[in-house]
Amino acid sequence: MSYLEYALKTVPKGPRKVLYLNWPLVLLLTAIAAIGFTMLYSVAGGAFTPWVEPQAKRFALGMMAMFVIAMVPIWFWRNMAVMGYLVALILLVWVEVAGTVGMGAQRWIDLGFMRLQPSELMKVTLVMMLAAYYDWLDLKKTSHPLWVLIPVLLILVPVALVLKQPDLGTSILLVVGGGFVMFLAGVHWLYFAVVTAGGGSLIWAVLTSRGTDWQLLKDYQFRRIDTFLDPSSDPLGAGYHITQSKIALGSGGITGRGFMQGTQSRLNFLPEKHTDFIFTTLAEEFGFIGAASLLALYTLVLVFCISSAITNKDRFGSLLTLGIAGTFFLFFAVNMSMVMGLAPVVGVPLPLVSYGGSAMLVLLVAFGLVQSAHVHKPR
Amino acid sequence: MKRPPRDMDLSSRRIARRALVLGAAQMGFAGLLGWQMRRMQVEDAEEYRMLAEENRINMRLLPPARGLIFDRNGSPIAENDQNYRIVIVREDAGDVAVVLNRLRQLIPLSDDDIDRTLREIKRRSSFVPVTVSDRLAWDDLARVAVNAPALPGVRPEVGLSRSYPLGSDFAHVVGYVGPVSDYDLSKLQDPDPLLQIPKFQIGKIGIEAKEEMVLRGRAGNSQIEVNAVGRVMRELSRTEGTAGRNLQLTMDETLQNFVQARLDGQSAAVVVTDVRTGDLLAVASSPSFDPNKFVRGISSADYRLLTENKYRPLANKSVQGVYPPGSTFKMVTALAALEAGVMSTEDTVWCPGYITAGDRRFHCWKRGGHGHVNLHESLTQSCDVYYYDVAQRVGIDRISAMANKLGLGVRFDIPMSAVADGLTPTRAWKQARHGADWVIGDTLNASIGQGYVLASPLQLSVMTARLASGTDISPRLIRAVDGVEEPVLRTGPLDINPAHLRAVRRAMFAVSNSRRGTAYRSRIEEESLQMAGKTGTSQVRNISKAERARGVFRNEDLPWERRDHALFVGFAPYADPQVAVSVVVEHGGGGSAAAAPIARDVVLRTLYGEMPPLNAYPSSQRELIEEQQRALPLRDRGDPSPESSRA
Repeated sequence: MSYLEYALKTVPKGPRKVLYLNWPLVLLLTAIAAIGFTMLYSVAGGAFTPWVEPQAKRFALGMMAMFVIAMVPIWFWRNMAVMGYLVALILLVWVEVAGTVGMGAQRWIDLGFMRLQPSELMKVTLVMMLAAYYDWLDLKKTSHPLWVLIPVLLILVPVALVLKQPDLGTSILLVVGGGFVMFLAGVHWLYFAVVTAGGGSLIWAVLTSRGTDWQLLKDYQFRRIDTFLDPSSDPLGAGYHITQSKIALGSGGITGRGFMQGTQSRLNFLPEKHTDFIFTTLAEEFGFIGAASLLALYTLVLVFCISSAITNKDRFGSLLTLGIAGTFFLFFAVNMSMVMGLAPVVGVPLPLVSYGGSAMLVLLVAFGLVQSAHVHKPR
Repeated sequence: MKRPPRDMDLSSRRIARRALVLGAAQMGFAGLLGWQMRRMQVEDAEEYRMLAEENRINMRLLPPARGLIFDRNGSPIAENDQNYRIVIVREDAGDVAVVLNRLRQLIPLSDDDIDRTLREIKRRSSFVPVTVSDRLAWDDLARVAVNAPALPGVRPEVGLSRSYPLGSDFAHVVGYVGPVSDYDLSKLQDPDPLLQIPKFQIGKIGIEAKEEMVLRGRAGNSQIEVNAVGRVMRELSRTEGTAGRNLQLTMDETLQNFVQARLDGQSAAVVVTDVRTGDLLAVASSPSFDPNKFVRGISSADYRLLTENKYRPLANKSVQGVYPPGSTFKMVTALAALEAGVMSTEDTVWCPGYITAGDRRFHCWKRGGHGHVNLHESLTQSCDVYYYDVAQRVGIDRISAMANKLGLGVRFDIPMSAVADGLTPTRAWKQARHGADWVIGDTLNASIGQGYVLASPLQLSVMTARLASGTDISPRLIRAVDGVEEPVLRTGPLDINPAHLRAVRRAMFAVSNSRRGTAYRSRIEEESLQMAGKTGTSQVRNISKAERARGVFRNEDLPWERRDHALFVGFAPYADPQVAVSVVVEHGGGGSAAAAPIARDVVLRTLYGEMPPLNAYPSSQRELIEEQQRALPLRDRGDPSPESSRA
């Protein structure tokens, strides 16, 4: 849609926009973040430092950014999509080059008040870029191979850079998140069927190649796969994280051990207990009730995003909302699967709960875009 | 670019459709996650909870202090010494090598100690204390403590370690402790978790082993919370254990020391029994060994010295060694005959120097024979033919029964290792054991304590005590447990005619005190303490016809291991028996020459309670005795032992 089309529609103007914000979504995000603060307070042994305080500051900053972004008309953001994608891509290349030149294995850029990971930024800008692409693309060309190849390349270029870091978790999020947008835009089923089948057979080929002359992975990589499939085979080695995480989770029971009473996490049995494995602390201390509640909150975020997108006639806004919701889904789905032993350990944080500046800010910025699309949708 | 509204609607509908499909899939996955959560947290929660507890709580056993062992007067025989050691903790030490070098200037440390410590410290987590030096002297420990500021991460620690202040005197009786071995674990059906503690020490032999359950005590425990790397976070609860119970023995450590010293240089055993209670006052076996070496872990060189010694220092000859009792068995045969009524105390037997039974000729030790002998003379002069004769009348089974009545062939229940049964043969036994009929020659050999008859010095001592007291006392080694007196083991008088016992005792008195007695040289001069006894000389080989024709070899001409065993049993004072003693000197030659003097010295030492005065001895021997007393290698009581100077 062009600016003119938007102007034709009735779109709220001025301070009245605040009334059109998706307030339930704001509340949901705040509630989830509050759970995050509680858990960070607990794993710090009952202290606001070192995690709760900076996390809360970043959340406040992120909420402000979200409101500001929400007030800016969605068509401005659509016009910024290409720019944002290119900036994120350049930053990715830059940390890659700088990282190899003299900054060690550093993958972030120091902004003074926080460290920004370009790969986190890319999660949003890629979705924006793809949404803008399909907004621009003639509807009839959506499934044309040439016009399918372009978004595939848009996805694979940053993925290649992120994989090189190496950051498997982010790569998966980018590929699947991008795939979500393409699927939502209406690319033909067959493409997805072929890619899924291709991926499946590739995995099959890799696994069967083990022990043969044409083995596709190194032995240690196979061992990692073994560990994922059966963590108990190496309980103190690579399977340690999964085993301990499952013990923490399971021992929570229905009602949990109580706030600050989680022995597993408090006694250092858990790795990364304030970042990627924070869900285990929640599950241990608040039990099934706490864990299921968080899952329900996440699911409600999805529901509100989807319902907002479905009622949005603006193609960019709708795709952007759904794409961001999809990425959000991937965050928590991969993280929870990982700590429950359903997926291998890849570095994916629990959205809005895990300690970490980039992810928190980027997610709130993304929800700012969702809010903008919600506020400015044609009515 | 302006899009037709139709296009917009189409796009919107398509996105909505796909959004619902994808949304449904995402919800489905979320549902899957929720289901998995429920499965883990609700259904399998118990299992995970258990795993978590195991992760978290570590049980640490607190070893109890082992019970002490005292002699009858309260002198310590087995103690728990403070064992000082120095440990180092890497994370506190910083540069371990530097700290160890500084430590080296304070206490003796070999290069090996340093290397071993450095190697071990590399293997362990940084907070685990590693022992640098063990069994330090108090002075060394004090030096380390004073210099603590210069030695970060170095910590003195104290533990308990068994020690035997009396050294070798009680090695055979008390035994020693040592770390639990796999063999011990496989042998013991003992579920005590203490045994799993590395280097936990249990009794290996002797009282330490037999009274293990009394001495060990019960473990306390401390529940500690640990984190994933095993660091102790805090103690959750602590239950103190119960220390082992203290044992008081019936033995007298000064007497034991005297006996061991008296036996020095000989392969011999002595058992001194209190006639009235059965209390074992001394149970000596020579040579002995230092049990402290076993506690600390004996070097293989030292161990080889012990095992290759032909005097077998490791064997406890007093209860575990069995010997043909020789002539000391003659009281048994005599009493069996008297009780059976096959002869009276005054009946005589003609001794021509030998007797013919079956197709064999049995010789008396005195080739010319003793002429007419009655019971009294036969015991005094130890005439063999008399016993050959009466034994044929009474039969082996009745002799054997009498032997059992007096304590031979009976296994006494005393807490020492490998207490021997001895052997009192019967017809049935020979049939069962050798599948052969009992022949008359067997009876003849048995009648003078040869052949199949075997007895331990302990059994001989008990036999003598029963003869002396006329009661069926049994030996007692534990006097009290934690101050509570153990019962005296006696049920009543022996089932033997007292007149017969008196006759035998009278004859035994004559052995020591009549000029023709075989132990007259070893008499006690002091009238109130006079000793009654019986010598014995038991062959360890057969004397062949050829040897006999050439003249029996004198013991001194034979190699040590082929000489006769010398035995003596006795009690004193004759008028009012108090102590009974048995002496066996392995390959010592004759009982009267080798064993009786020892018995006399031991009896006198027991009755006086100190070094016997010379006027207790016959005046002709006093010079010799004085010299012998001065040369006794007694433990020096003026000098404190090195262990006590530490504390």
